[in-house]
Amino acid sequence: MRDGQVVKGVQFRNHRVVGDILELAERYTREQADELVFYDITASPDGRSVDRRWVTDVARVLNIPFAVAGGIRSVADAEEVLNRGADKISINSPALVDPDLIGRLARRFGSQCVVIGIDSRAQDDGWRVYKFTGDPERTTAAERDTLDWVREVQERGAGEIVLNCMNQDGVRSGYDVEQLAAARAACRVPLIASGGAGAAEHFASVFADAGVDGALAASVFHSGELPIGRLKRFLAARGVDVRT
Amino acid sequence: MGRDVTIVDSGGANIASLRFALERLGARVELTTDAGRLRAAERVILPGVGAAADAMERLRWRGLDDVIPALEQPVLGICLGMQLLGRSSAEDDADCLGVLPLAAERLPAAAGHPVPNMGWLRLEGLVDHPLLHGLDDGSWFYFVHSYALPVDELCLARARHAEQFCAVIARDNFCATQFHPERSAADGARLLRNFLELAA
Repeated sequence: MRDGQVVKGVQFRNHRVVGDILELAERYTREQADELVFYDITASPDGRSVDRRWVTDVARVLNIPFAVAGGIRSVADAEEVLNRGADKISINSPALVDPDLIGRLARRFGSQCVVIGIDSRAQDDGWRVYKFTGDPERTTAAERDTLDWVREVQERGAGEIVLNCMNQDGVRSGYDVEQLAAARAACRVPLIASGGAGAAEHFASVFADAGVDGALAASVFHSGELPIGRLKRFLAARGVDVRT
Repeated sequence: MGRDVTIVDSGGANIASLRFALERLGARVELTTDAGRLRAAERVILPGVGAAADAMERLRWRGLDDVIPALEQPVLGICLGMQLLGRSSAEDDADCLGVLPLAAERLPAAAGHPVPNMGWLRLEGLVDHPLLHGLDDGSWFYFVHSYALPVDELCLARARHAEQFCAVIARDNFCATQFHPERSAADGARLLRNFLELAA
């Protein structure tokens, strides 16, 4: 999301408009998506409060759960998004800036609606967390080891973790199964794989080899190249327990 | 459809999605904590988010702990609302409304089954009941909870986390679902429509 429209970039750069939100939301509901995540990428880097009326519009048409990510820096921000009808809030950079925010949100709304998004990239010595990834000019490596952060956010009250492997984002060469398997071993709450999905085979391998609870993708669905219904039939045939 | 539904305004978030789901079915929706309006309602939904003891405290404060069990029109409890219809909850040892002779228990955690239970589960053992018309064993519904009522002869359907629990229940004019029908796609909409069509 940027200024009320859906955009998708390649490795977090060059975002282009891919369609009207409501049209896309309805399409994914028809196609049997299990859950949607809306990332408002303008919000966090600009440091301004955002117009969130679109959340109400989305809630009005969607009959599956959805999360909103981007620019939620306080309990009041979260409350607005949840009152507008979102089921979960997903926090990324603001949790890195103010880790106590995770606990405040969990105590107020319950862990079940507090998702922590982590943007992570491989370094020579493991994986490192990145912040402000919505804006290429401001994206910076936080001084945090990804697996340490995975453990810490759970202790602070995260109810779910979306691990976005940046090396893979938008390039469609498959999920980072090695990194996700390492995160799985450190994660007792639901873990969602993100970044790199390009083919049905990639989904099958991330479920089988990394043991994730869910797989998130954007480009491959937005383009219509891999319809969700077809993907789910493929996964069911491979023994993955999916809602069809 | 032109049905009227009155939602007990339990003060939590997530009432918006329930309201929108009912409006998509053509229902007219009112939110209230007023005892008189609840007694006069055509049908009532008791939603619920947060902890059982807090939710009961809010109902008691409004005098609704006496009003709700005495309602004679169709009543649907959703999620925590289902647990509140029970006798008590293990969550903070809360006394509940006592419409159902059951106590909510904490879900046992097990490898691969974290608590809270969040996600889509299949229903099993569906009983023939107007609330479940058009739904079958294996229908998927969306759950978000840490406590549940146990399996009992009043159950209309079960679901399985680490162990089986009661997913749908009914007694007289009261019925309840542990899942969120408003977030359970077409099958959830079907269940809400069935509730709207229950004889008032």
